Amino acid sequence: MLPTDGVVAVVKRDCPTCELVAPLLVDLRRAGHVGAVVCQDDRGFPAGIDVVDDSDLDLSWDLGIETVPTLLRLAGGREAARAEGWSRAQWEQLLGVTGIGRGLPDHRPGCGSATLDPGRADALLVRHRGGILTSRRVELGELEDPFEAMFDRGWSDGLPVVPPTEARVLRMLSGTTRDPAEVVAVVPPGLVACTVEKVAVNAVMAGCRPEYLPVVLASVEAACSDAFNAHGVLATTWSAGPLIIVNGPVARAIGMNSTGNALGQGNRANATIGRALQLVIRNVGGGRPGPGGIDRAALGHPGKVGWCFAEDEEGSPWEPLSVSRGVAPGRSAVTLFAGSGATPFIDQLSRTPDSLVRTMAAVLRASAHPKLAPAFDCVLVVSPEHARVYRDAGWDRTRLLAELTDLLQLDAAGLTRGVGGIAEGMPAALTAAGGQLPKFRPGGLLVVHAGGRAGMFSTVIPGWASGRTGSEPVTRPIDGPA
Amino acid sequence: MANPPSLPTVVLDPSGEREAVARARAARPPALRGRTVGLLDISKARGDVFLDRLAELLGAEGAVVRRYRKPTFTKPAPVDLRQEIAVQCEVVIEALAD
Repeated sequence: MLPTDGVVAVVKRDCPTCELVAPLLVDLRRAGHVGAVVCQDDRGFPAGIDVVDDSDLDLSWDLGIETVPTLLRLAGGREAARAEGWSRAQWEQLLGVTGIGRGLPDHRPGCGSATLDPGRADALLVRHRGGILTSRRVELGELEDPFEAMFDRGWSDGLPVVPPTEARVLRMLSGTTRDPAEVVAVVPPGLVACTVEKVAVNAVMAGCRPEYLPVVLASVEAACSDAFNAHGVLATTWSAGPLIIVNGPVARAIGMNSTGNALGQGNRANATIGRALQLVIRNVGGGRPGPGGIDRAALGHPGKVGWCFAEDEEGSPWEPLSVSRGVAPGRSAVTLFAGSGATPFIDQLSRTPDSLVRTMAAVLRASAHPKLAPAFDCVLVVSPEHARVYRDAGWDRTRLLAELTDLLQLDAAGLTRGVGGIAEGMPAALTAAGGQLPKFRPGGLLVVHAGGRAGMFSTVIPGWASGRTGSEPVTRPIDGPA
Repeated sequence: MANPPSLPTVVLDPSGEREAVARARAARPPALRGRTVGLLDISKARGDVFLDRLAELLGAEGAVVRRYRKPTFTKPAPVDLRQEIAVQCEVVIEALAD
């Protein structure tokens, strides 16, 4: 229908700039400088020449028209040049002619293409790209409230989810260059193969924006790895749930929060990325609490609806967590940790690192249970006011961890079951020889820098069992944009 | 972005789309004499004690007992172990809980 070589013009009658240049276009068409004039809303405009009727907007969609009038130079069926709106200079250059449009202003901006009209854009998107979606379509009743319908089908985690229409899922998929049919992970407990598309569906429901999708994909991959053991994390009676810590340029690019209230509410990326992972495990893997569900947590914690924050790298005295775990500097990454909750603590008086580190060791000692060592892994979130103490003293990450490790060598005898009138503790077989036991296994304590500038508080995030029967923290670089 | 109220909303299924298949169970053997019964220990504490006793009782019934153990209760049984059990046994008993 269109020439493969030559110039094509796309216009709309309902556009003052198109009306302005209509006589010029008629002249150019008659002279053969323009091979075809396409109109989005009236096959009789401009009058006097044969007009290509694009009232379906399929041509405009294929050509990627965003403005009318648009002038396109095609070569071999592919776009070689484009001018949007009216500009004598641009049109002359594209057409290879001079002295056109006498009496017209030098330039005038165009109007929005009809393909971008809110009412029509979604329909076009679905018509042109909907065929790539393989998920089953579910038709909600005409009189059903779509949000209630999502609750009724068991797809919600207790909060409303965004209905994943075809248009919303297609827009979400624009956030990645990965093939929607690509299998991302095998999701427990059902051990179901999960495609990029399925992740996108759940990301829409969580409230994600398309630019968050690469982070969600990396998180799903990391969480479903054997090392992280999402099945165990889900099934345990302990409180643990996935925590996603984000490093690298992607955090700023998508507007994540790494500073004030970083572990709390108020930031869309923080709130929805973690939630998307939870919904994937819930809906794709079938992992959920409640009657008959695999999630057997006695108490759980508020972050199990979804937990994700970014490390504050700019303000940090240390290299990013991801770099300390082997990712190249400047590369974006997620670290998955089986977090059981947030335990904040105070230290408003320590001005030396030696004092502050003793506070931290005292708090860490009590993680999970004061008489268990080795115990669960931990993430220590150090706030800026506390980090300042270490920075001023020149303590790098290695030094801080070494000092904590030293202080967390615990007197074995005191840990023994029954000691202190507490039945819990370490078996006598392990403490009989005396000596010390470490609170954490080597590599079991992760340090992250985050939080607002005011507040001499930091936070401990206890984990779960580690090793072959538990969960290992997993760091994974993020592919795709950013 | 809301649809006009007269049109139904079409959404994509977020689930793994595994139908809850109602599979017919294998016929229950009338007796265990001569049958191969597998006992799978999931490595919870004292599961072996329970299964030892069960093995005794089953042996007394004339069943041929095979014992299996998966490495940890926190992860699904390895695929090759599941294969082994499926191939070698006619009946399986799995010990859970502490």
